[in-house]
Amino acid sequence: MKKNSSKAFKGRASSLPLHLMLLVPVILTIIYKYGPMMGLVMAFEDYIPSKKGFFFSLFKSSTWVGLDWFKYIFQMPDFSMIVRNTIVIALGKLIAKIVVPLIFALLLNEVIHNKFKRIVQSITFIPYFLSWVILGSILLQIFSPRTGVFTQLLEFFGVHDFYLFGTPSLFQPALIVSDLWKEIGYNTIIFLAALTSIDPGLYEAAAIDGAGRFKQVLYISIPSLMGMVLLLTLLGIGSIMSAGFDQVYMLYSPAVYSTGDIIDTYSFRMGIQGGQYSLAAAVGLFKSVVSFILMVIANFMTSKLGNRSIL
Amino acid sequence: MKKKEKSTDEILMGSSSSRRIFNVFNYILMAILTLLALVPLWYILCLSFSSSSAVDAGKVTFWPVGFTLHSYEFILQNKEFYHAFGISVLRVLLGVPINILMCMLIAYPLSKPEGRFPGRKFYVWFFLITMFFDAGIIPTFMVVKYTHLMNSIWSLIIPGAVSVFNMMILLNFFRELPQELEESALLDGAGHGTIMFKIYVPLAKPAIATLVLFCFVSHWNNWMDGLMYINNSAKYPLQTYLQGILTTPDLTTMTNAQLEILASTSRKATNAAQIVITTLPIMIVYPFLQKYYTKGLTLGGVKG
Repeated sequence: MKKNSSKAFKGRASSLPLHLMLLVPVILTIIYKYGPMMGLVMAFEDYIPSKKGFFFSLFKSSTWVGLDWFKYIFQMPDFSMIVRNTIVIALGKLIAKIVVPLIFALLLNEVIHNKFKRIVQSITFIPYFLSWVILGSILLQIFSPRTGVFTQLLEFFGVHDFYLFGTPSLFQPALIVSDLWKEIGYNTIIFLAALTSIDPGLYEAAAIDGAGRFKQVLYISIPSLMGMVLLLTLLGIGSIMSAGFDQVYMLYSPAVYSTGDIIDTYSFRMGIQGGQYSLAAAVGLFKSVVSFILMVIANFMTSKLGNRSIL
Repeated sequence: MKKKEKSTDEILMGSSSSRRIFNVFNYILMAILTLLALVPLWYILCLSFSSSSAVDAGKVTFWPVGFTLHSYEFILQNKEFYHAFGISVLRVLLGVPINILMCMLIAYPLSKPEGRFPGRKFYVWFFLITMFFDAGIIPTFMVVKYTHLMNSIWSLIIPGAVSVFNMMILLNFFRELPQELEESALLDGAGHGTIMFKIYVPLAKPAIATLVLFCFVSHWNNWMDGLMYINNSAKYPLQTYLQGILTTPDLTTMTNAQLEILASTSRKATNAAQIVITTLPIMIVYPFLQKYYTKGLTLGGVKG
């Protein structure tokens, strides 16, 4: 990639130890990352698991059906709904998780007391470290239709029979907001770090020229953060087909399948729970191919826009 | 020193009355956001210390009603809970060092420039492709099944041992280190293993602390692989076990004594107590590693 190698050293030290270091990780990667890729063959056949092993079932005992599963998927009435749900939820999360932490970081940066700043930053990061099993069940308790603390608050104001996670029209916003609540800390830290790397001289010069704090933020801080915003957007585009399996699986119910069912949950229900391996693998392959194409485009764009590429 | 900082702050931020009003609102907003992060956790804590009747009647808001340790006593008698807890602890103790070691073994060679490590480019692509192209859960499940990891703790550790994303944090950190360090060590006759463990790893402490935190959290929190790769619920790690009981209670496997306590304890209250105990290890580890992660994330991670 870069030509900053010191030529004097070339050939003096053997690179054999370096290859040896990589041996174990490479073997593990071949088995558990490239192995499953080969297993994707099952998306093109009527896969029947046999006792003689994975590869025997894959290449001998299953019948080749070509693109039949894909034709089947694209004709399924549910499929376009699932893809639409996935993209809407993932896109909503992507935008929310850039815009809100950006504003949050700018406001937090205005806090003068460093201790208070650190406390706010540390505490808002806590939900990030908890699993959706935990957070999901906490949310379900809070919004529980009978005894939840939020439901009771609403009853007090005269709103009855409200169940956030059982209302299809509210399910997607609920996912986006709760995901933002969980993950706000991560991007906030990244933005805060980018803010501290801005040359203070810029602000001083602006202050001398008579720019108030608001104008300084508007004309110095925000433009300086745009590179980061772009990078996070492009990084996020590759995962636009993943709307967050853990969260959706914990919070959804058949009542909200119409707006809450996503590619990953569908694939899980069909494949692991329903035993329709080929169908689930085909759905998974469709998702992976689309994400892969988006990733490549995003990477191409980042390198075109002058940033160093994701790689 | 501190005084000086404050005065420049004042010059920059101004001290007009509009600024003061902004500050008041800003501090209030920050306080609200902080509370918002804590309130749900506080609510669960209150539920866990409340009497079952109060919980079931929905009387508990933000203070325990009818304070009791009943729920925690119930958990202490629940062998499945601490068995699952033990499995998760074992998983972390085995999984995190393996994750970190794999990260180091990949990041160190790849931090060398192409000229010094012929073949680097091949390896970079070899690992990157796996980050870009995910085969999906079904084929992965099949491979785990046919490599005979099913129902063993290794099914939770080996398939995810190599994380390219985590490795990149360390790789970027290693690449920032001056090359002269390695060159002089090589001249002194040190091998690559020595250079990595004695020079690179100590210098990359913030990045490694960040990785430890993230690997710990992901091992502790992952429930999906337990659900997929382990068929016997007695061998479930904690989060998988929790996911099960939080959605469906299993009355058939309980002893009479447990049923008796259950009758006097709300399931919501006991669930809350199990949630509290499950989050405890993360709450304990977090403050210790916290000072590193800002540095680790921003130096090694995505940069503007």
